[in-house]
Amino acid sequence: MGGKEIMIHDSALGPHQEILTARATDKKILGKAQDGGIVTALLVYALEKNIIDGTIVAGDGKEAWKPEPIVATTKKEILKSSGTKYTMCPNLAMVKEATRRYGLEKMGIVGTPCQIMGVRKMQAYPMGLRHVTDKIALIAGIYCMENFPYDSLKAFIQDKANTTPEKVVKMDISKGKLFIRTSDDETAIPIKQTHGYEQSGCRYCMDYVAELSDVSCGSVGAKPGWSTVIKRTDVGCSLVDSAVEDGVLEVTETNTGKFGLEMLRKLATNKKKQRVKNVDKALDLGLEVPFTRSDLKEDILENR
Amino acid sequence: MFDKLKNMIKSEENTKTSSTKLSSGKKLKIGYIHLSGCTGDLMSFTENYDELADLLDAVDIVYGQTLVDCWEMPEMDIVLIEGSVCLEDEHSVKELKEARDKSKLLVALGSCACTGGFTVYSKGGQRAQPQHSSFLALQRLVKVDMAIPGCPPSPQIIKKVILAAVNSDMDYLAPFMKFTENQDACGCDLQKRIINQSICIGCGACAAACPTRAMTMKDGRPSFNCDRCVKCGLCYYQCTRSWWPIDQIKKEMGLE
Repeated sequence: MGGKEIMIHDSALGPHQEILTARATDKKILGKAQDGGIVTALLVYALEKNIIDGTIVAGDGKEAWKPEPIVATTKKEILKSSGTKYTMCPNLAMVKEATRRYGLEKMGIVGTPCQIMGVRKMQAYPMGLRHVTDKIALIAGIYCMENFPYDSLKAFIQDKANTTPEKVVKMDISKGKLFIRTSDDETAIPIKQTHGYEQSGCRYCMDYVAELSDVSCGSVGAKPGWSTVIKRTDVGCSLVDSAVEDGVLEVTETNTGKFGLEMLRKLATNKKKQRVKNVDKALDLGLEVPFTRSDLKEDILENR
Repeated sequence: MFDKLKNMIKSEENTKTSSTKLSSGKKLKIGYIHLSGCTGDLMSFTENYDELADLLDAVDIVYGQTLVDCWEMPEMDIVLIEGSVCLEDEHSVKELKEARDKSKLLVALGSCACTGGFTVYSKGGQRAQPQHSSFLALQRLVKVDMAIPGCPPSPQIIKKVILAAVNSDMDYLAPFMKFTENQDACGCDLQKRIINQSICIGCGACAAACPTRAMTMKDGRPSFNCDRCVKCGLCYYQCTRSWWPIDQIKKEMGLE
């Protein structure tokens, strides 16, 4: 396993070597994690195999559903942080701290596509990161359409679901809806109604599937309780392959059809097409957006 | 400028390939000038000595206060300048102007040289030179070809810049030429050039880059304590959204 396959260049889904559908086998992880528990399972596995000695994750903050970045160095800490929180968590703020206060030599990082872009930029141009970037060992990405400021999230919870953040046990975006679950109730808000609540920076983001990560995953394209896993770099491929081999992840057949990979590709493509228009508009207004005008791009789907 | 640098670095490359033949005698002449800075940039540079020993063999360090016994500034291919320039110190001003005249490529190394850094806080009245009160980024007085920010720039970036120069990788160096357009820096840049432009995504890269914890994250946005800011510019340069070097990233990930 871990043999080098050929990198597939794909401007909608990003460069990757293989896409598979999988879930964690550990029931404890599945109970707590978002979909297939892939990120949690891979991080715990990487920790146990000494591929990483700790990882930056979105941990619990002082307020319910308002995460703060933490450095997890044990399985318990990683498990405690599992599950998606639909608001910003500045994970990159911890990269220096992780190598200093926590002394990590082999750091794992979990992030949204934009955060993964930031990590790769840090690696390419580490002006202000003395002895940090050489300690990054694993970069795991999660799919992301957009992110919400905490107050937007609170508006959904309080005004639409008529409850409080403390009472919410799970939030989930699937089938075009944002589900807010309490112990005895469930509210579904159509995603269309959440538009206008997302943070403005997301309007220019052309990455849906964390194209620059080592491995990225999310629920889209997989049946409930499973995740679509995109193996990208050799680091990501060998980690996933050995996790499958050791029974940490189980793999099922990948649906390549309308509700499978076609759906994933459609969402990624739609995001890019919409965002590239926003970039053009912002540039027309004279804003300092770091991306290229659509008419100057060879491939408008490309993240540049 | 671009062509000038390209040609010069080409000649450096030739030097490198022929460096085994010492008789060729065409080594790149490098100078290091220390103006108003703390020597942190030089210390960061020296952390690379082990890895760069071979490279340092291929160049001639022809000028530098603590490096070479030379009082008359010679002609130089590249001069690295650390520290800002003090207007009340006539030697600093003269040395900077002379360095511009005698060098093909003038590189501002570190934030004091690039943006003034923390020396912009000076108002004079300090011992032992109370009259020294006005400190400026180098490009306020002379044309600067490349600016490498950092307080200090990490050993990793210094190494990458040197290797890019040796390999004629102009694409990698291009951002540092662009950075010379900024004559000053402040944590406020994050507010003005990122948040106010509606492009902040709350990733936290700025807070990680800040050497003084002037930048922290609150409610998914940078929160800036001006009293702690040393005006190094790292929060802006390291921001995910300030500029986007996708080609370099792809190159380093082997995705081209």
